[in-house]
Amino acid sequence: MLLLVGFLLLFIEKTVAQQASNIISLKNETPIFVIFFLLSLLVYLVYALSQSAKVKDLANKQNKWLKMPQKERFKQYIKELNAEQIASYFSLKNKNSNKNALLVLLSLSLCMRANAQTNDESKNLMGQPGIIITITLLLIPILLGTIFAINKAIKAFHSYSNKSRLSEAEALAQHLYKLQDSDTEQDMEKRQAALEYTLSNSELSGKEKPEDAKGIITNISSEHDVHFTALKKKATPRPSLDKDITKLIIWYIGCSAFWLALGGLIGEYVGIKFVAPDADHISWLSFGRLRPVHTNMVFWGWASLGIIGLGYYVVPTVSNTKIYSIKWGWAALILTNAMVILGTLSLMAGINNGGGEFREYIWPITLLFAVALILTAANFIKTVARRTTTEIYISNWYIISAILFTIVIASTAYLPFWQNGIGETIVQGYYMHSGVGMWFTLYTLGLLYYFIPQQLNRPIYAYSLGILAFWTQILFYTIIGTHHFIFSSIPWWLQTVAIVGSGGMIIPVVAATINYFMTFKGQWKKVSNSYTLPFFFVAVMYYFIVSMQGTAEAFKFTNLLWHFTDFTVGHSHLGFYGIITFAIWGGVYAILPRLTGKEPLQHSVGAHFWLAFVGLLFYVIPISIGGTLKGLMWMDHKPFIDGVVMMFDFWLWRAIGGSLMFISHLVFAYNFYTMIKVKEEDVDVKEQAIKQLELITKSN
Amino acid sequence: MDIFNNHRKLYTVATLFFTTLTFFTAILPALKNQADNAPLPDAKPLSKEAMAGKLIYISEGCVACHSQQVRNVDMDKPFGARPGMAADYANIKRTSFFQNTATLMGTERTGPDLTDVGNRQPSLDWNLMHLYNPRAVIKQSIMPSYEWLFEIKAKPAKTDVVVNVPEAFMKGKTGKIVAKKEVLQLVAYLQSLKQVPLPEGIKPMEFLYKKEQKEMAAAGTKAKADGKALYTANCQSCHQENGEGLKGAFPPLKGSPIVNGDNLELYVDIIMNGYDARQEYGVMPAVGTNMEFNEDQIAAIMNYERSSWDNKAKPVTPEEVKKIMDFVKLKVAASK
Repeated sequence: MLLLVGFLLLFIEKTVAQQASNIISLKNETPIFVIFFLLSLLVYLVYALSQSAKVKDLANKQNKWLKMPQKERFKQYIKELNAEQIASYFSLKNKNSNKNALLVLLSLSLCMRANAQTNDESKNLMGQPGIIITITLLLIPILLGTIFAINKAIKAFHSYSNKSRLSEAEALAQHLYKLQDSDTEQDMEKRQAALEYTLSNSELSGKEKPEDAKGIITNISSEHDVHFTALKKKATPRPSLDKDITKLIIWYIGCSAFWLALGGLIGEYVGIKFVAPDADHISWLSFGRLRPVHTNMVFWGWASLGIIGLGYYVVPTVSNTKIYSIKWGWAALILTNAMVILGTLSLMAGINNGGGEFREYIWPITLLFAVALILTAANFIKTVARRTTTEIYISNWYIISAILFTIVIASTAYLPFWQNGIGETIVQGYYMHSGVGMWFTLYTLGLLYYFIPQQLNRPIYAYSLGILAFWTQILFYTIIGTHHFIFSSIPWWLQTVAIVGSGGMIIPVVAATINYFMTFKGQWKKVSNSYTLPFFFVAVMYYFIVSMQGTAEAFKFTNLLWHFTDFTVGHSHLGFYGIITFAIWGGVYAILPRLTGKEPLQHSVGAHFWLAFVGLLFYVIPISIGGTLKGLMWMDHKPFIDGVVMMFDFWLWRAIGGSLMFISHLVFAYNFYTMIKVKEEDVDVKEQAIKQLELITKSN
Repeated sequence: MDIFNNHRKLYTVATLFFTTLTFFTAILPALKNQADNAPLPDAKPLSKEAMAGKLIYISEGCVACHSQQVRNVDMDKPFGARPGMAADYANIKRTSFFQNTATLMGTERTGPDLTDVGNRQPSLDWNLMHLYNPRAVIKQSIMPSYEWLFEIKAKPAKTDVVVNVPEAFMKGKTGKIVAKKEVLQLVAYLQSLKQVPLPEGIKPMEFLYKKEQKEMAAAGTKAKADGKALYTANCQSCHQENGEGLKGAFPPLKGSPIVNGDNLELYVDIIMNGYDARQEYGVMPAVGTNMEFNEDQIAAIMNYERSSWDNKAKPVTPEEVKKIMDFVKLKVAASK
């Protein structure tokens, strides 16, 4: 999977660079290709050297062996005979029959075909990207050809040395035939007995039948059918949680799944409008009004409810206690839902806050969410306060801080008596950036610190890396909001701070990525056997990719190229979908079966995963390429409308990817339903019997 | 360490840390900026009509596709004569108690930047038709139609503003398309969007990353202006790709006596300073002056127009155009 993504990234880079050199020649592109070219040459050289060393080594060994006296060599051969060979020796010796059998026994198959090729490529070091690309492409078959030739030569060498081995075998056979040494034969008999010894398989367990006295064995698979897809591990049953908290979490996740399906549908419709602008002429459905409806619905309705719902499971669990108040949880759920409903209606009616992304709901509506956040924060803090563990588990650092910070962010951005002129834009940069990074990312990282170790059944790799990532994330992430307005009228020093801080983001991102992946290390088999871990794996992978991409986008040249284009839309979807959404899905599949005791259909989870994963790539890659080309056209002062025309195909592909994503949301909703549905179940005879027994004993 | 085990300390420290950073990188710069910047001396507050139009601009979410900021980079030059600065936004105050300040700087450019659209496209007729259905004037546009800002009347009153929508975009509707009050306000707002000139003696910021100049300097030759591209970017939205204009709104260039004739002085004057001599057509803006075209670019546009759509006039040279431009400039200065 990583390879696939790597390939795709490479593909983007190549296509874009090629197109770039078509439109305008960019000197900046050259180093990438020189590096790529040198790297592939280096790989080839390493391969060639290792192969030649191997051949030398083989030849040396062969020479040494042949220099030994024949007697010594035969002694060694006899010593190394295996049980079967010894047995046949004795039977042959006793029967004294066909002596050629020994020869057959000891001979090895012969295969030889030599075909040497030599290749020398002359390097023409011209700085032009086009030439370097062409050379690289031409070198691929040439390099493959030389590798093929070297392999053939090694084979030829092998069959040559096999010839001499064959004559050696003949001599050995003669020697064995004539052998009349009882001492040697006695040794051979002893050796045969030793080699043929086997365990009875009951040395440790004895002859008793196995018994699971403590009831710790689960996931017993007694079927031995052929499976077309990997058999995934079932969720571990848990002593069931409080019924009330179960119901609350299910409602949180149910609401969020609904908002995801609806918000995704609206997003899909908005995307279609790029290729069919006359789809409707209804004011409530026009692009300008519907776009914020989509973004806000998936932000607050889907992701916020999703992460808070998962928090209601994680926060008490890692504190080893019960949640402080179920009631507050319900209140926050109702308030958030109310905000999304009212916000959606008001935006469609044309009432908005005036611009700033993710700040489109007017403050009286967002106030509902602020109250919900305060209730949630208080609830979680009070839960942590009565924890039965000494330390506060790192998940709770992240989760509760995320909520507290978001209260600060929302108050800063929404207090209705300041921010005139450019002040509004400075706060907007801070708000939209922190809204993503301090609310969703920080919270989700906290969830991952619980779910990944829990699903892998091993502790997190390094607690200290988590703490390092925590403080550096706060330090760097907070100061870089302005990088959404580079080259704008915002003071230069603020823009510079933002660019430098974006570079600093490497520290928390690398620390967290290493931490998660080192937890995965050595447990990769568990990923393919689980239906939750692939979601978490994708989330961590995108966390790294998207964060680094974000850093790169903040640099001046890339900002020049990509700002205002569809590239940023691709980036935000890669982040919000790839990281947050995949992590929430993984979390839902991890806890719901535990809460309800019902598993989703395995193939249906698989369909969900692949539709979403492939759909996202179909979405992001075309518009990233298209956005880059558009940026180049702008830099080249091409007429604006030409960029719009050029984007058509890319927008079409985006709509196709979006459709796959939308279908995956429906599959997810269905899976959610199968995990919670109350089935008319067959009477469980055992359960009923126990109940009746209870009645009988009571009445007696 | 105590902080690992004491939730009060942990969350207090983290929140204080975050709030401090917030204060120094968001709150303080915002306050300082709004205190330090005043509107430019020539800046005029929005008229009542334009202000009402701005509210419609906000409520329709135009900012989703149109930015209003000219960055100090060369690629933003088509959208304004100088880079924007904080003072340009200084007179924008909170919209209402319920709605935040709307600088409308935007983060996407699915459509062109509108900072200076009032200079670029002042025509009422063009704007109305464009808002009724953008594809009526720009075939490839993907902007939504704002049909609901118009109404259909069988017999419009004398005071009504009628829009001459081409037959193909009427979609079987009968009657006249009349602009509602709201769309007139919206157009008034768009027409008011003009970059305020800097006070005399103050130099604007420079546009950075000037690619073309560097390359030209390196090659030692002048890049040839592309007449077709210039036409597409600056003329096509009215005069159309086929040069036939739009009936009752914008005159055809195909077979036009001015384009094909020998009165180059009038021709250059129209491109540089606009034209409003004919009642049946909309006003033409001063495209050449707004875009700061040089003689090469003007000549390229003229030659493209003179050789396209069956037009067969003899080409003009930049030198000829240069002379006329100087003359026209003098004339304009004299008339002021």
